[in-house]
Amino acid sequence: MTSEPILEARALVKHYPLTQGVVIKRRIGAVKAVDGVSFDLAAGETLGIVGESGCGKSTVAKLLVHLERPTRGQILYRGEDISHLSGRALKAVRRNIQMVFQDPYTSLNPRMTVGDIIGEPYDIHPEVAPKGDRRRKVRDLLDVVGLNPEYINRYPHQFSGGQRQRIGIARGLALRPEIIVADEPVSALDVSVQAQVINLLENLQQEFNLSYIFIAHDLSVVRHISDRVAVMYLGRLVEIGTETEIYDHPTHPYTQALLSAVPVPNPEAREHRTRILLSGDVPSPAHPPSGCRFRTRCWKAQERCALEVPLLAVPAVFRTTTGPVAHDSACHFAEERDVVPNTEPGGAGRKG
Amino acid sequence: MTLVNEPIPQPATPAPAGPLLDVRDLHVEFRMRDGVAHAVNGVSYSVRAGETLAVLGESGSGKSVTAQAIMGILDSPPGYVTGGQVLFQGRDLLTLGREERRKVRGAHMAMIFQDALSALNPVVSVGAQLGEMYEVHRGMSRRSARKKAVELMERVRIPAARTRVGDYPHQFSGGMRQRIMIAMAMALEPDLIIADEPTTALDVTVQAQVMELLAELQHELNMGLILITHDLGVVADVADTIAVMYAGRIVETAPVHEIYRAPAHPYTRGLLDSIPRVDQKGQELYAIKGLPPNLMHIPSGCPFHPRCPRARDICRKDHPPLYDVAPGRASACHFWEETLNDE
Amino acid sequence: MPEPPPQGPPPGSAGPPQGPPGPFQGPPHGPTGPAQGSPHDPNAAIAPTGGPAFDLASSEAQTLEHGPGQEPAGPGPEVRVGSLWSDAWRDLRRNPVFIISALLILFLIVISIWPSLIASGSPYKADLAKAQGGAEPGHPFGYDVQGRDLYTRVVYGARASIVVGVCATAGAALLGSLLGGLAGFFGGWGDAVLSRIADIFFGIPIVLGGLVFLSVITSGSVWPVVGFIVLLGWPQISRIARGSVVTVKQNDYVQAARALGAGSGRLLLRHIAPNAIAPVIVVATIALGTYIALEATLSYLGVGLKPPTVSWGIDISAASTHIRNAPHMLLWPAGALSLTVLAFIMLGDAVRDALDPKLR
Repeated sequence: MTSEPILEARALVKHYPLTQGVVIKRRIGAVKAVDGVSFDLAAGETLGIVGESGCGKSTVAKLLVHLERPTRGQILYRGEDISHLSGRALKAVRRNIQMVFQDPYTSLNPRMTVGDIIGEPYDIHPEVAPKGDRRRKVRDLLDVVGLNPEYINRYPHQFSGGQRQRIGIARGLALRPEIIVADEPVSALDVSVQAQVINLLENLQQEFNLSYIFIAHDLSVVRHISDRVAVMYLGRLVEIGTETEIYDHPTHPYTQALLSAVPVPNPEAREHRTRILLSGDVPSPAHPPSGCRFRTRCWKAQERCALEVPLLAVPAVFRTTTGPVAHDSACHFAEERDVVPNTEPGGAGRKG
Repeated sequence: MTLVNEPIPQPATPAPAGPLLDVRDLHVEFRMRDGVAHAVNGVSYSVRAGETLAVLGESGSGKSVTAQAIMGILDSPPGYVTGGQVLFQGRDLLTLGREERRKVRGAHMAMIFQDALSALNPVVSVGAQLGEMYEVHRGMSRRSARKKAVELMERVRIPAARTRVGDYPHQFSGGMRQRIMIAMAMALEPDLIIADEPTTALDVTVQAQVMELLAELQHELNMGLILITHDLGVVADVADTIAVMYAGRIVETAPVHEIYRAPAHPYTRGLLDSIPRVDQKGQELYAIKGLPPNLMHIPSGCPFHPRCPRARDICRKDHPPLYDVAPGRASACHFWEETLNDE
Repeated sequence: MPEPPPQGPPPGSAGPPQGPPGPFQGPPHGPTGPAQGSPHDPNAAIAPTGGPAFDLASSEAQTLEHGPGQEPAGPGPEVRVGSLWSDAWRDLRRNPVFIISALLILFLIVISIWPSLIASGSPYKADLAKAQGGAEPGHPFGYDVQGRDLYTRVVYGARASIVVGVCATAGAALLGSLLGGLAGFFGGWGDAVLSRIADIFFGIPIVLGGLVFLSVITSGSVWPVVGFIVLLGWPQISRIARGSVVTVKQNDYVQAARALGAGSGRLLLRHIAPNAIAPVIVVATIALGTYIALEATLSYLGVGLKPPTVSWGIDISAASTHIRNAPHMLLWPAGALSLTVLAFIMLGDAVRDALDPKLR
């Protein structure tokens, strides 16, 4: 590791209280959306976070950009705890961590022109750009994200989904942040436009030396863009490692099930693939199972899983080995299993 | 503009009878305040019993509108079927009266929607909604309809069906709701099921369960299945035949194995190439340039030409017919041979 | 096609930043890039692909041909150019209900400002000899119980109705949207308290409340009536405003501004208010008609406006005892009242239709 991490999450916890009563509210429990999540993000790196809906990955994103305050835990930016900042100090930190949202239709204010939307960061942080310079900067940003700078006076509804997402990315770039948290940035886009936006994000990373937290449920997109991948289940990370470690050498049963369930765009793979079909549904985050949270759907679950919370660390069986298998996995009975068939469309059968 | 009315060539396997559903040169337009949107412009496809046809396309390609026109649930106004035939077991549904159409819709064809929560009535228990199918169409008593509802729920593998039959839709998870939708569609054992993005709203692990169930029931009842989706992965897993739609037209149709091995239309090829692949990590993804067309102003000639890497003068002028590529394969590209042989 | 080489770096607790394998600035498109760049048809009816950055990403040839100054090639996605307000205005101009009600309201406003434009006499000039008299030339509506010209009184009565209606609506809308908006935005205990207070005001029967509150006031001016209507009217508006703000607050663009570090003031004024105001306008327009009717009701009951103020409510009250022998005394002011209320409610309806995207 060449440098210290630019962003660290330390045992992040976010509980949303469940209340009853109208005037006098009684706390009757909590939705444990995020329950002890830790990871590092190195400068220039892309960390992908995958998981199913309700696993808490979007809440992690909101915590990182300070849209929500953690119930417990810390967020360290360049070694400094920023999770409890407020006022001017928070505003300064915000310049460095920006967000790209999922839905390009609701993330742009329909009453503002594109110029006002992308220029708003400069209104909020006037020290970044002198007033006379802002218009030019906005035009530059439009150009950077591949939109015609002449569009500066148009309204969001005059653009298609992919173009709107570019506007959202331009707004995120305006303050020249070091970290961009992208919450499902391409999942609302058409297949043919998705690739354009992914390429744009990758090019921008090169150009501005950005670090990405890339949250998505599409595993193949995450694999393409990420250096490291974290898998979340019911508020916790179950496995984290480099892209190869996770995709080619998964050791956590949930990761294996998730990967095996991904539809593969290759009909040849139909016959000779083993799909791990999980039974049942994800339990409610208000009443997560004791011990390992995945045990209610796990085919390996034993008594120990109900009693003992598995830690996210290199499993004991692999501690003496080296190689891609030895990565952090929160399972008492971790073992390697190859579940990803050849994902190449047409497979080897394609001509050429 | 030349419109092509050729029906899709039949797959090679011999069919016992004619196709179950035969859509011929269907045209649908939406008359909006700002103009006329040409949503479907001469779509022809057919499905036989026991076959799965996947209709693949992006938003605005007309894939869902075609299905709505077949089912007769097009919002009208603003949508109008302006031409073509929908032959179901030999009868043209478009010429039937409202009441006859309703009967066909209930008993012989059914539809599964993407969003099960909004497709189910939130204030009626799922048992009552399932039982209603039997009460209305089969004239069963409430009690025996209820019994049938439990059977159906067991059939789509909803755990503890007997105790959950009185629950309301919001008490079920997304995957379970989609199972209930499937149960509802299967209730009267229809001949044809149209599933419009049935798993798009679901998580991958649940997606797999639901697709498996759907395929199994289809096989059991020997139904025809039209699977409408934008997901190339789902298609590869279950489809027999694929029809790729773009700008309200079918641009390529082929048996599933062949289309993935060697697409014969640049659009199909572009879609396949833009899927992230392991060996391309760190490289740019191939991206189809530009944006899907506006249906009020579909480009002249081949509607894909402004985005096509192969476009030449003829593509701007002449709309390509569906050329026969191989038995059971067709492509609406003037240069399909190049596309097919190109790597 | 070759198998992908193993790409993972040696395992570590946290992988080092992984650079792209090979020179990134190599050929702009990989092996699957477009075989040949085709000239982009400038007449193509699609939206432009965008500026150079993206074009470079997809095809070099494309970039060379199209600079950033390329205008949209066709109507593309910008067929619907209007914003919500301009779309609504376009809808309204084509709506006959709106045109009729707007003309009527314009007329009412003009005569409430300058009643002498169409009524030359004085509303107070009484000629007892003609008391309860019917229509005659120059006096088309006839005379009231004190022999005053009914036409002149109906024209002058518009002023009270319009002033009460407009002022009460403005007051209720301002107060209601301010309180409701703040409650919806900040939530918490203030929101809970406000909602309960609004519930209490909802519980007050309007007529009974009016009888109790206004009977202690002896002034005959319009302001106590306006104040009373504002007092009872704001909870309705505040509920609408609160709901609207709560809905808009959840939009991602509000979250995006918050993530940029925008303060509450900016969030409320720039992002929430412009997007939350439409339902308030609709409800306020419809409420205006009902407030005018309420003023007439209170005046009829003797607790609203009091003579010598000229008001339709007062005239209706005075005429009600003579309904058998002089029905015209009741019909003209009542007709004027109904027409005015109808005009405002129709206007509100038309505005709602135009502003409610769900009805499009």
